[in-house]
Amino acid sequence: MIHLEKRPQPSQVWTVITPVLAVILTMIVGGMMFAALGKPPLEAIRTIFWDPLFHPQFAGYSRPQLLVKAGPLILIAIGLSVGFRAGIWNIGAEGQYIMGAICGAGAGLALYPSESVLLFPMMVIAGALGGWAWSMIPAILKTKFGTNEILVSLMLVYVAESILASVSSGLLRNPDGMGFPGSRNFQQWDAAANRELIANTGMHWGVVFALIAVIAAYVLFARHIRGFQIRLSGEAPRAARFAGVNPNRIVIFCLGTAGALAGLAGLFEVTGPAGQISIDFNSGYGFTAIIVAFLGRLHPVGILLAGLLMALTYIGGELAQLMLGVPGASIQLFQGMLLFFLLATDVFTNYRIRFGQGAA
Amino acid sequence: MDLSSINPVLLVASIMVSATPILLAAIGEMVVERAGVLNLGVEGMMITGAVVGFAVAVNTGNPALGFAVAALASAVLSLSFGVLTQLLLSNQVATGLGLTLVGLGLSSLIGKPYEGMKSPTLPKLDMGFLSDMPVVGRMLFSHDLMVYLSLALVIVVWAVLKYTRIGLILRAVGENHDAAHALGYKVVRIRMMAIFFGGACAGLGGAYLSLVRVPQWTEGMTAGAGWIALAIVVFASWRAGRVAIGAYLFGGVTVLQLNLQAAGAAVPVALLSASPYLMTILVLVFISARGAHGAPASLGRPFHASA
Repeated sequence: MIHLEKRPQPSQVWTVITPVLAVILTMIVGGMMFAALGKPPLEAIRTIFWDPLFHPQFAGYSRPQLLVKAGPLILIAIGLSVGFRAGIWNIGAEGQYIMGAICGAGAGLALYPSESVLLFPMMVIAGALGGWAWSMIPAILKTKFGTNEILVSLMLVYVAESILASVSSGLLRNPDGMGFPGSRNFQQWDAAANRELIANTGMHWGVVFALIAVIAAYVLFARHIRGFQIRLSGEAPRAARFAGVNPNRIVIFCLGTAGALAGLAGLFEVTGPAGQISIDFNSGYGFTAIIVAFLGRLHPVGILLAGLLMALTYIGGELAQLMLGVPGASIQLFQGMLLFFLLATDVFTNYRIRFGQGAA
Repeated sequence: MDLSSINPVLLVASIMVSATPILLAAIGEMVVERAGVLNLGVEGMMITGAVVGFAVAVNTGNPALGFAVAALASAVLSLSFGVLTQLLLSNQVATGLGLTLVGLGLSSLIGKPYEGMKSPTLPKLDMGFLSDMPVVGRMLFSHDLMVYLSLALVIVVWAVLKYTRIGLILRAVGENHDAAHALGYKVVRIRMMAIFFGGACAGLGGAYLSLVRVPQWTEGMTAGAGWIALAIVVFASWRAGRVAIGAYLFGGVTVLQLNLQAAGAAVPVALLSASPYLMTILVLVFISARGAHGAPASLGRPFHASA
């Protein structure tokens, strides 16, 4: 008989090993999936994980993409991890991302064609506020009425998508766009564009903010009392209550942080890589960031690495589509599997595996 | 706006059709949650059921077989959730989300070749004089089998939970798994069976979407129906009868907003298409503000025999 014995404390070693193990397992099972699809498994895995960085022909294009894709993922995942640590499940980051983009872009477009240097900072603030405000809806409903934040935040994703569809063919539509849906292109408007800061690196303001967020989150959890309170609320809610932690404040803080960061990510995306508000502007970063947060063990440095890895699967996935005709959806499945394997192998972190007849 | 273009008879009939997928998924999830397990993967299981049911129906020309295989596929998928949360003791919220993401990926992978295809759909039942009755016949007695099966399922679930021994054990496991374990009930096994049942129901609901309600396969076609099913379980305070009321209420909102859109109502389309989700939020707020919960006491808590 195999049975599990709870560890007194989560194993430090396994905390680090399990993400690696999950990636390896995903590669193996993913390879089997590719084989089942009639694609060469080893080549597919290599195309996803190796070629974007080291292929002599494509790496030049795809290496900068790594930061472009990792930026929003890390930014959103850092915000989510703050909540997840406190046991607050904001899964509506996608909606906050959309609202951040709409508010930031809207604030900028209202002043078109201003060339003020203050325009872009103002849009950044508007973007963060948009995401923040959207996340305050589940936060306030939770603190005032005890409404489940999981369902409310998720429902708001669909509401945000309807708003996105509405504004991109209405309020924010490009007046010079000959009636096509979609806003003005920010890439053609210098004061409002989020450009690459260092040529051919993919480094844009969103990546800078992502790195700042990583450091800020690290300081928060390692050095700040609020970070301690958040962890305490997640691990021992009753103890937190007795220690004088106000649970409502934690909810407001965690959801607000997640919303503001997701809003920032949306703003940087719409003014940078995406270029404009359009009906299909959002691409699921808000959901993939959930995987990033878990894969990074809700730890800022872990999230940084996990964000880069997940960005790699995006770029490698596109490359594999191009080179091997691997269906795009298989990458989505691949990412989902990664989370599944991580959660499965996590048993080693919290439990010892014992063989033989146990006391239980 | 021309409201007279909305035919009340057809309206009720289409409410029944649009409520059925949510009802199927919600009643399954309710059983899972009564056993103390929170499976947030309903959306993923539903969409897997939708694509599998559609693919099987297209390839075999037999929609009934489509439903059966869809239920089986989603139930098998839900077992992965069961293994992770029950045997490997993973976090239920995270695993449920993972199941949704896996389901969405898997479904769009399987469904790619089937986009834009037509499938055979379920025939409408002919119930003799019932179907021939004026008004009521069209409204209530001229649907396909699944509409009635879903309602029958609600009654069966209600009766099993209330009157049978297995229902009592299931509720015991959900209310206090330690006590149930001490009494010698196999907590993990019972929960696995509940999860399997919930998966099968979600699969049926998904197949109903792609085979009857739409009937077509498009990527991401569940569009939050699984999450609405989860909300309905909360709305229903974990009672079977109220699950049916909730599902029909939401079916009603969905159909009504579609009708209003078609009739060109003077309401922004964005507001109309967001209305089922806004309605869900509103109902959740109302339920939580009232303070009556009735959630199973062990809901979402991991069970480990040594603990």
